[in-house]
Amino acid sequence: MIPFLFKGLIRDRSRSMMPLLTVIAGVMLTVLMYCWVKGTETEIIRASANFSTGHVKVMSRAYAQNEDQVPNDLAYFGFAQLIARMDQEFDGMVWTPRIRFGGLLDIPDEYGETRSQGPVAGIAVDLLSPNSPEKEILNLDEALTNGRLPERPGELLISEEFAELFGVEIGETATLVSSTMYGSMTTYNFVIVGTVRFGISAMDRGAMLIDITDAQYALDMNDAAGEILGFFDDHIYRDKQAQAMAVSFNNQYTDPDDEFSPLMLALREQGGLSQTLDMASAVSTVVIVIFVVVMSIVLWNAGLMGSLRRYGEIGVRLAIGEEKGHIYRTLIMEALMIGAVGSILGTGLGIAFSYYLQVQGLDISAVLKNASMIISDVMRAQVTPTSFIIGFVPGLLATFLGTAISGLGIYRRQTSQLAKEFES
Amino acid sequence: MKGNLVLIVLLMTVIVFGQEISGDYLLMKVDENIGSDNKITVGEMVVKGRRGTRRIKSKSWIQGMEKSFTEYLAPAREKGTKMLKLEEQLWTYTPTTDRTIKISGHMLWQSVMGSDLSYEDLMEDTKLHNIYSAQVTGEAVIQERPCWILLLEAKVSDVAYYKRRVWVDKERDLVLRENRYAKSGKLLKTTEVLQVKNIGGRWIASRVLFKDVLKSGEGTEFVLESIEFNAAIPEYIFSKAALKKL
Repeated sequence: MIPFLFKGLIRDRSRSMMPLLTVIAGVMLTVLMYCWVKGTETEIIRASANFSTGHVKVMSRAYAQNEDQVPNDLAYFGFAQLIARMDQEFDGMVWTPRIRFGGLLDIPDEYGETRSQGPVAGIAVDLLSPNSPEKEILNLDEALTNGRLPERPGELLISEEFAELFGVEIGETATLVSSTMYGSMTTYNFVIVGTVRFGISAMDRGAMLIDITDAQYALDMNDAAGEILGFFDDHIYRDKQAQAMAVSFNNQYTDPDDEFSPLMLALREQGGLSQTLDMASAVSTVVIVIFVVVMSIVLWNAGLMGSLRRYGEIGVRLAIGEEKGHIYRTLIMEALMIGAVGSILGTGLGIAFSYYLQVQGLDISAVLKNASMIISDVMRAQVTPTSFIIGFVPGLLATFLGTAISGLGIYRRQTSQLAKEFES
Repeated sequence: MKGNLVLIVLLMTVIVFGQEISGDYLLMKVDENIGSDNKITVGEMVVKGRRGTRRIKSKSWIQGMEKSFTEYLAPAREKGTKMLKLEEQLWTYTPTTDRTIKISGHMLWQSVMGSDLSYEDLMEDTKLHNIYSAQVTGEAVIQERPCWILLLEAKVSDVAYYKRRVWVDKERDLVLRENRYAKSGKLLKTTEVLQVKNIGGRWIASRVLFKDVLKSGEGTEFVLESIEFNAAIPEYIFSKAALKKL
């Protein structure tokens, strides 16, 4: 039966071409949109985790309350001991301390007077330990555009944008003017050894990167760190696992009566990321529903037109005694075959375009010029196993619904009127 | 000279009308009491923060209202840090970096050594009558001393605090309490004099508690250890070169 119907579809292209093209276009767009939303979501998670939130983050309770202000005066003391304990208690995790800070970078002239000065957003990470995971997490080898990475204390990386804006050369001395964790103004000299571009506008405007030991000295934060970031060792964020870990940690370590006791937050609990991620997930669902509805309407219309065109054929089939139900089922069977073929072709095209966008990406830096969110300037689609099947949902469902609705007209045909219809 | 003339006119106004005491006159008396001669002071700031208390000792050379030079003596981390104020400019020098940095723009809003005072507070013209007009709004007793309550409103636009309410000792012309407000009326800082001493025939606040209301912690107590009036201060102290050399 199926080969018979299939031959009919191939031989009578006017029966199959329009629905097939509709399904191909719809499925291709569905796959492309899905891959794009997935890629965006993954990119947001990756950038946020690597540069700001980790997969989980440990802070003092007081620091966490005003985290967006980076209150280093409320930093956590004794982070090294805490990391040692977490290493033992949470398998498969990588822990790394960080200090974020703001300040001015002052570039002196030959007389030691200020030649240029600009605001910087500083990150202090473990750059000098041989086993530090930070080079990989921050992708420093790729981000480095000039010079080299810090190899000894007192060395500094600055964003290429800052270096260009303030005419700073590699090898020059720069003085950080900032506040200690006790609020005193502090100054500390660094040698600029390299420039970096992370591809994240919020970072590239004025980022400076130093070793955490230098920051602890400069900011008077002996044995203190603002944040301890935790990453799953395969670098894939698993929300449920992260949240469960946070609950377990907080039950054990957080003391409601001590504002400086540690508190762990999972990635999506930080900086309004839960809303962003939920929205991305909702957009993905809405896109599929919209395509199912729109394609159903289009295919319903195509089915109606097909029924009009095949009015005579169906009449003859009824006249020779074929049951209405059988005709209805064969129409649906034909539609499902068109849906399947269209879904395969549409998925192929959608994945091809998505893969292109995954490799090439789309530069959105122009719209992120003043953005403060940690988000990559180049957004990419992401082809996942789901990408290969997601298109079949609208592809098959819409063709089925479209034909099922338009095909109901068969049941309204009166066999007693067929002879009259043939005469006319 | 000009200041004295204004003071005489205000004084005559008070004598002639006899009934109402002028807020501007009282404010001028407060400024007169502070004086504008050369001083060398040694004091300690006790910063009572959220995580404990820090003590910062400093020595200041002050010439009139326009020039001051401060060297921090303790703790070890701050020792050798110096600050120079010349009229409306402020520089700081730290020995660890051997750099002299001019403090300007938003840096002026930063706290001085983590205290409840900002650099902007230090830069302020201490002659209040130059920037505020005052009116007497009442009387009160502070630390068993009868006081006038003055409401100060800025006469110039470029001012850190648009309004102030000050409690002035009626006899000693010394401010014993002060609240500083933003233009919106929001309370920003409070000052409470905890101890007063008579040094060289002049009433001086020797222990003062400053509190930045927007900041956590219990405030910053300034304790005056010594003050030398009419001190001989060599002119080179008030130069940028002295930041590195002294």
